[in-house]
Amino acid sequence: MISVSHLTKFYGPRKAIDDLSFEVQKGEIVGFLGPNGAGKSTTMKILTGFMPATDGKAVVAGHDVFEDPISVKRNVGYLPETPPVYTEMKVKDYLEFTGKLHQVPTTSLSKSVKNAIERTSLGDVQNRLIGNLSKGYRQRVGLAQALLHNPKVLILDEPTVGLDPKQIIEIRELIKSLGGDHTVILSSHILPEVTAICQRIIVLARGKIAAEDSLEGLTMRMKKGLIYSMEVKKPSSEGVDAIRKIPGISGVSSNGSKLLVEMTAGSRDVRDQVVEMAVNRGMGVLEFSPEKVSLEEIFLQLTTEENHSAAAHAGGM
Amino acid sequence: MFRNIWTIAQRDFRSYFTSPIAYVVIGAFMSIVGFMFFFNLDHYVRQMAFSAMGNKGVSVTDGIVRPFYGNMNVILLFIAPMITMRLFSEEKKMHTIELLMTSPLTLTEIIVGKFCSAMLLVGVMLLVTSIYPIVLFSAFTPDYGPIVCSYVGTFLLAGCYMAVGLFLSSMTENQVVAAASTFGVGLMFWIISWAASAAGPFWSGLLTNLSLIGRFNNFGQGLLNSADIFFYLSYIFVGLFLTHRVMDSYRWR
Ligand SMILES: Nc1ncnc2c1ncn2[C@@H]1O[C@H](COP(=O)(O)OP(=O)(O)O)[C@@H](O)[C@H]1O
Ligand SMILES: [Mg+2]
Repeated sequence: MISVSHLTKFYGPRKAIDDLSFEVQKGEIVGFLGPNGAGKSTTMKILTGFMPATDGKAVVAGHDVFEDPISVKRNVGYLPETPPVYTEMKVKDYLEFTGKLHQVPTTSLSKSVKNAIERTSLGDVQNRLIGNLSKGYRQRVGLAQALLHNPKVLILDEPTVGLDPKQIIEIRELIKSLGGDHTVILSSHILPEVTAICQRIIVLARGKIAAEDSLEGLTMRMKKGLIYSMEVKKPSSEGVDAIRKIPGISGVSSNGSKLLVEMTAGSRDVRDQVVEMAVNRGMGVLEFSPEKVSLEEIFLQLTTEENHSAAAHAGGM
Repeated sequence: MFRNIWTIAQRDFRSYFTSPIAYVVIGAFMSIVGFMFFFNLDHYVRQMAFSAMGNKGVSVTDGIVRPFYGNMNVILLFIAPMITMRLFSEEKKMHTIELLMTSPLTLTEIIVGKFCSAMLLVGVMLLVTSIYPIVLFSAFTPDYGPIVCSYVGTFLLAGCYMAVGLFLSSMTENQVVAAASTFGVGLMFWIISWAASAAGPFWSGLLTNLSLIGRFNNFGQGLLNSADIFFYLSYIFVGLFLTHRVMDSYRWR
């Protein structure tokens, strides 16, 4: 349904995304996970046909984004980072307008609007001015707009930002229910969010794909090949060899007083034995800490505390 | 195609009336135009009184119709910024431009739709001013040619102002900047038309041909000249074309 190859985008001299390639199958829900500035929004803007890429190719719903943007736009529902709402319009009028923009036939327009209002629980505010609604409601109006014309592909940029915890759960359920009929890409910088909704996760960092896997796969990768760095007072080759022989250790490299210890993926935790051995051989352990694996570094920048993020974003409704 | 243009035009036209803009614009326009009309009428009636004493009279066309529509054009020039300032600036500022530009509409349809919304408002305003010629017909027997042609000319001329305003609105996300620059350009047009009437014969002819307001003279005399119409239409075309260029490059940023 979506096929991206070697996509690159420069803003002036600044590279925002760098040689991205990935595929999304029909009916999949895929999450772009990455810290702020990773290039999530930029990638989405290119996929919706809003913005041309500097280089590379993207095919959405069978149409090339650069050669036939109008056909792509017809098949895509897009919720940008900021909900694109007209504050001087009423919710219902606004949705009618966006339906017309997407060329929903006049005969089914009011039905589509009603349906979108129902799915996003906007019934209570449908006759209110959007300008008088809270951020959370505006976000839902934006989502209703994206769903309204029943597009094949939904591209949702941080869809739950600004919602309170209860609404977040509702919207997640809604997005989950969209999978199967629709192909969904959503972005988030909140780890539990993507793990709750998505079947597959693409981790973006500094414009590159750092990892692309299912949730289980990502967890595995995180564990695979854990590397620890150990600083010692008196390094000795005899001590290094002894550590190397501990079962579960796949390699040790030494560089002066700094040793790198690699542990076999999925083996039991032998950190205590490593330290013990180093002390026994008289090397004198000064420091023992995990060496930064790139993925972990990225994950550290993500918001991992669900409640924290929800509380930070929850503007009262 | 037309349906898409109409979708845009309709929304923008309605949104004029959800803010005070349309009411302020129409109110200001109508009161100034009304004042001008009665001022011209009063002046003319006094002249008539003179001519009754043996001087050769001035026609209604020269005495009322031409100055009236001439003044109306200048007023439109100063009101144009208020009509066009939000058309693109506001969309950029509120991020709704992303909605329009990710919908299956071409940029041309969006721009023409917005231009039409402005022209619709101008059309409504001009329609309301038709009460003044009706007043004239009830009291005098003016030629209707110059009146009809003045409306055609005024509408086209207003189209040029709107095209300039739309272009400048596409350049910024700040409405005030859009309005001020449109106002500045309008002022320049007006000054050129002054210079045209003040300069020597050669320069005067050239400037009148180039100046938007100068081009209006023929319409005021009841002449529909294809060269004049073409001049205005190409002016509008260039304005919309430049808007297209600006909005297209906006996406690349
Ligand atoms: N309009 C722009 N002009 C210049 N740089 C931009 C623009 N938009 C985004 N960037 C830069 O591109 C990078 C990726 O941004 P973005 O796609 O918004 O990331 P994300 O959505 O993951 O937070 C960032 O470094 C950001 O500063
Ligand atoms: Mg973003």
